[in-house]
Amino acid sequence: MAVETRRRSAVGQNVTKVDGPSLVAGKPVFTLDLDLPGLLVGKILPSPHAHAEILRIDTSEAEAVPGVRAVLHFGNVPRVPYTTAGQGWPEPSPYDTVLFDRKVRFVGDRVAAVAAETEEAAEEALKKIRVEYRVLPAVLTPEDALAPGAPVLHDEPDSEGIYDARRNIAAAVDIPVGDVERALAQSPVTAEATCEIPYSQHCAIEPHCVLAYFDEAGRLVLRSSTQVPFHVRRIVARVVGLDPARIRVVKPRIGGGFGSKQEILLEPVAALLALRTGRPVRMAYTREEVFVASRTRHPMRVAVRLGAGEDGVLQAIDMEVLSNTGAYGTHSLTVLSNVGSKTLPLYNKARHLRFHGKAVYTNLPVAGAYRGYGATQGYFALEVAMDKLAEKLGLDPIELRRRNHIRSGETSPIFEKIGEGREGTAQVVRSCALEECLRVGAERIGWKEKRLHRREEGPWAYGVGMACAMQGSGITGVDMAAATLVMQDDGSFRLLVGATDLGTGSDTILAQIAAEELGVPVDRVLVYSSDTDFTPFDTGAYASSTTYVSGNAVLRAAGDVRRQILAVAAEALGEGPEGLELAEGAVVSRRTGKRLALAEVGHRATYVANQRQIAATASFACPESPPPFAAFFCEVAVDRETGLVRVERFVVAADCGTAIHPKGAEGQLEGAVLQGIGHALYEEMLFAKSGRCVNPNFFDYKVPSALDAPRIEAILVPSSEPTGPWGAKSISEVGINGPLPAISNAIYHAVGVRMTRAPFTPERVAAALREKGR
Amino acid sequence: MKIAFELNGAPQYLDVGPGEPLVALLRRLGMKSVKEGCDTGDCGACTVLLDGRAVRSCLMVAPQVQGRRVTTVEALGTVDDPHPLQRAFLQAGAVQCGFCTPGMLLVAHELLSRNDHPSPDEVREAIAGNLCRCTGYVKIVDAVLLAAQWKREGRWR
Repeated sequence: MAVETRRRSAVGQNVTKVDGPSLVAGKPVFTLDLDLPGLLVGKILPSPHAHAEILRIDTSEAEAVPGVRAVLHFGNVPRVPYTTAGQGWPEPSPYDTVLFDRKVRFVGDRVAAVAAETEEAAEEALKKIRVEYRVLPAVLTPEDALAPGAPVLHDEPDSEGIYDARRNIAAAVDIPVGDVERALAQSPVTAEATCEIPYSQHCAIEPHCVLAYFDEAGRLVLRSSTQVPFHVRRIVARVVGLDPARIRVVKPRIGGGFGSKQEILLEPVAALLALRTGRPVRMAYTREEVFVASRTRHPMRVAVRLGAGEDGVLQAIDMEVLSNTGAYGTHSLTVLSNVGSKTLPLYNKARHLRFHGKAVYTNLPVAGAYRGYGATQGYFALEVAMDKLAEKLGLDPIELRRRNHIRSGETSPIFEKIGEGREGTAQVVRSCALEECLRVGAERIGWKEKRLHRREEGPWAYGVGMACAMQGSGITGVDMAAATLVMQDDGSFRLLVGATDLGTGSDTILAQIAAEELGVPVDRVLVYSSDTDFTPFDTGAYASSTTYVSGNAVLRAAGDVRRQILAVAAEALGEGPEGLELAEGAVVSRRTGKRLALAEVGHRATYVANQRQIAATASFACPESPPPFAAFFCEVAVDRETGLVRVERFVVAADCGTAIHPKGAEGQLEGAVLQGIGHALYEEMLFAKSGRCVNPNFFDYKVPSALDAPRIEAILVPSSEPTGPWGAKSISEVGINGPLPAISNAIYHAVGVRMTRAPFTPERVAAALREKGR
Repeated sequence: MKIAFELNGAPQYLDVGPGEPLVALLRRLGMKSVKEGCDTGDCGACTVLLDGRAVRSCLMVAPQVQGRRVTTVEALGTVDDPHPLQRAFLQAGAVQCGFCTPGMLLVAHELLSRNDHPSPDEVREAIAGNLCRCTGYVKIVDAVLLAAQWKREGRWR
């Protein structure tokens, strides 16, 4: 590959998003935009209790409601323990869930499901299902769940993979490197921070939804708003007891996911309702159900202790986590592991490390995958602790990071010690432009000046803060993606990928990666993605994997197709393929200057001589996971009278290797940063003593609007990742890790209080200010 | 009950339920650009123009459009011939998942119909009732400002 020798024609260009024109035209491209004749509506009966045993369920009145076609509950559905986590195999999450259980474990847990001719009939039927509960004592905090004698959530005998069910511990890890206690005791300077993140929700604007219907051959089709179509197929088949070969999963355009759609939630229920009724079924969560019954970020308390020399070089990091996984353990072990595995390698100068923690069941909504996947929680505590350490050392916070962050050519023992629910893979960081990110970000926000001269105006005090973060690019030893590239008889291409574009623009960047290798404009590559009948396997859109893992598969397939094209052209031109190259839609002979248009190549191979299909399928399994890096800077204004915090400016400088689509990459950063600002200032699901969520809607749970969003300035700092497609690594998650600590650190700079519990509401900031004044 | 109204320039006369949400009616009539994100009027994905003014179609019932003019994104432009505002969204990178996009386009359209020289803050205010979880709004604001510039330059049809 002549990576550096020719100007890139597709990679690095802000081409029109391949699905953009139909999206702006409002075409019916989303899951529920398809009209199907005879469609039934499926609805779920939620549990009113946080913890209860179902003694009796009577559905006779519900079934008598006109238009009701099926009612499902524990009495008429097979009991198959599984996990709703859409992860690769072997699945690292405990099998602690069944479709319908005799026990409910949070307010909103699934009790029964109904399919009816109309929404109204379905609603009426839900009201007429008579359930007799024996209410059990509930635990609403991890501390209570761990207390001796606490009610046990998972006392069922058939669950598998729970770390310690009797103590309500879904997962636990303890990974020591060296002797952290001794190193901390011997460190001349130490700092610590304990930070807490509450329940928060992804709030993709499209609620979870699925259509289940039968094709002409009677096979079950699930058209689903999912990030993981291939995992949906595998898991639904097992849970409903159907041969996977009889299931097709199609992911159309989806309205955002951010991890919440890496879950198999509605699909098996819709599948069963369709199978029972022989009719197509539509299921969609209401916004309230999205909040309560889909998935949330894992609420966590993370405690970090740092030990450093007088020179500011870290000697020890201890990180302890208490994670609340809610009623079920989906992603409990892997999110917990990522708190350490995606944070500790950043400061690889520390020789003594310990990462330990537990994920605990409570009778609250179920936590799962959410952009950042534990790293967000880990960086909050780590980067606040680093800010404290810088203060103790009398060092500029940026300088402290400079003395400690990992660099290209370096490694960390953590890469090998912590993987996704098992050991990880040793790797060397091959590209890292964090130093440059720190420099350009600091310059853009005016760090030196603003750090030295704090501004005050009336009640407003201004301050600046910063943080660093990294993430990964796919899961080593787990993720695999495949791509099929086909040349058509007209010389254009079809790219078939299992990769799942959830709005990130991955269809577009995968087309760019192929187009670059083929020397054609992006619009010559038609992308068809995420259909388990028609596209090759891909683990799905999570763990920042698509650009790197799926992109590498596409690049390999394109390389193979390129060689086949050159072979056909060599026959036609009567010379060896060595002297031929692909550029601007043609094969060009370097020796003779002769050109053969790709249309002629396609035509020749299809119809004329030595006929064959020019096509290739290639796969890429993730041998390492190159981290993207980012430096975050923000300026805040704090109203010292009310405690109100305003983010005035937010600068993020990130190294994602080569940005395949720069505007798309910036958009990932900008969106991730605003979600992080939401975590820092607004977002928290609140619960009554009964365990009921009291703000499951956009009026009471505040998602930042355009008026709340500050100026977010995203700067792409290039590096070139030698193992990435055209030098690329990931970008989608890293941006969410910085806002919590950067804003907390900026508040400290402004008014001298450490905000360690998110969100930093006016009430909490005002209370901290009062406390400090005392 | 029967109602008569104009949908994207075409007269309609049809049966609706007295409590049928406007969003349900419009989707039933094939206007799938009208999205349901919350059902409480908080997300703006169901925005349509009613006599040129942006309204939440999930908060209205079908009979309320009797005698009025409803516009959805389907009337703005097509895949092959997008409206300049739609082109601006594409060029600025304002579309990620695209679920909020129809609503955003319509509130932006309403803004630009009365103010073709909005400040960034005026754009932010105009789109503040429409939630986007993907973009951080940066490129949506850019897109509306770009479309406004094109409008001032006479590049709108």
